[in-house]
Amino acid sequence: MRSLREYVRSFLLVELLQGLRVTGRHLFKRSVTLEFPEEVAPKSPRFRGLHALRRYPNGEERCIACKLCEAVCPALAITIDSHQRADGTRRTTRYEIDLFKCIYCGFCEESCPVDSIVETRIDWHLMESRDQRIIGKERLLEIGDQYEAQIAADRAADAPYR
Amino acid sequence: MFETLFWTFSKIWAVLIPLFIGVAYFTYFERRVIGHMQDRRGPNRVGYKGLLQPFADALKLLFKEITVPTHANRVLFLLAPALSIGPAVAVWAVIPFADGWVVADINAGLLYILAMTSLGVYGIIVAGWASNSKYALLGTLRASAQVVSYEIAMGFALVGVLMAAGTMNLSGIVEAQAGPFWNWFWLPLLPLFLVYWISGVAETNRAPFDVAEGESEIVAGFHVEYSGMAFAVFFLAEYANMILICVIAAIMFLGGWYSPFHGLPVLGPALDWVPGIVWLLLKACFFAFCYLWFRATFPRYRYDQIMRLGWKVLIPVTVVWLVVLTVLIYAGVGPWF
Repeated sequence: MRSLREYVRSFLLVELLQGLRVTGRHLFKRSVTLEFPEEVAPKSPRFRGLHALRRYPNGEERCIACKLCEAVCPALAITIDSHQRADGTRRTTRYEIDLFKCIYCGFCEESCPVDSIVETRIDWHLMESRDQRIIGKERLLEIGDQYEAQIAADRAADAPYR
Repeated sequence: MFETLFWTFSKIWAVLIPLFIGVAYFTYFERRVIGHMQDRRGPNRVGYKGLLQPFADALKLLFKEITVPTHANRVLFLLAPALSIGPAVAVWAVIPFADGWVVADINAGLLYILAMTSLGVYGIIVAGWASNSKYALLGTLRASAQVVSYEIAMGFALVGVLMAAGTMNLSGIVEAQAGPFWNWFWLPLLPLFLVYWISGVAETNRAPFDVAEGESEIVAGFHVEYSGMAFAVFFLAEYANMILICVIAAIMFLGGWYSPFHGLPVLGPALDWVPGIVWLLLKACFFAFCYLWFRATFPRYRYDQIMRLGWKVLIPVTVVWLVVLTVLIYAGVGPWF
């Protein structure tokens, strides 16, 4: 009896029609595609993209060359050299990140005692040759200066959860 | 003499140019419709809503090099696309688009269609053989076996139409269905209609019967080695055949150029101003949409399942229904016989 019912069902194409109903319904649903250059997916304030070095409002760079980020970096992507500046403070002479090694884990940002090294929302950046993978102190500070407002707003938004 | 020649040529072009434009936009609508069924958008960059996409594709293929594999049989390799497109285009000669709108009004139109659609498989066989590639050869074997077995089911389904209409002339078949939509042959021949449509999809090697192309198993089947315009010609032939199957389904089972309310008291005369070709194309568009709908819905059949369905399900169903049909005709049932 059951096999007979299966037989009738298969001849009436019941399951095929059910499948057609599903795709037919999806034909009239909104498509989820974003038109990339014009539309961009929203990002979380915690997004971990390209790095930046921040400054204090008075223009002094935050980094004190404590090398915690260099120590914590699991991919050994950060290289720091330091010296004593004329005013007696310790500062970096070299702060380099190898973007090919970096895994964008955000540990450097978490370890930083002065909130100097951060990861910004910049997620598409290009290099024209392989040697451009290493970004130095000047470039990092430049990025930090350019996006300071965004970076500060993101930290403030995430502060209650830290 | 020259006058008839001139008029025949004009008629041929009047059929072919819209056909090729139809093929171009069929590919566009395929990508759009399947895209939306999968919650995507499909091509929408070239021209307004991507409407110029088919021309961009054609232009791209036109400028590409036609490569011939080293150990391929050069003559057969280049002949195959022509063998494929020739029959696909030739069939259109007997298709009546409206009352009297037909290039060649021959009495054995149905036989001519069956003959031409069978010839199309030679293009595939020659292409697969001449490519000297194992994928192409496997695709060819599958395609030819599939087309040959489904042709029987399709032929039987059309025999039912032939019995019901009593003529092989396509215009005659349409005229035998004159009347509102319940007068058309889809109702008394419902099982044959389904069998025809399923074997039509299988005959054109489309999803879910696309093992001949099977891009996930044998790359692209018989046309792996083809590029540029040679590939485009295969593509053109495949889509022309698909549109043909749609149009024949409309002619054989859905009353061709008749409006669904033909002969009814109020609606019939109210819709008389619509030219017949519009109704035919509307019906064909429905089937064309079904092609895309099936492709977006059904997973590919396994090869042995295709053979089982063709030989052990569809052919017995048609044979049984032909017997039933004979009884119906002798009893003179309904408005049809």
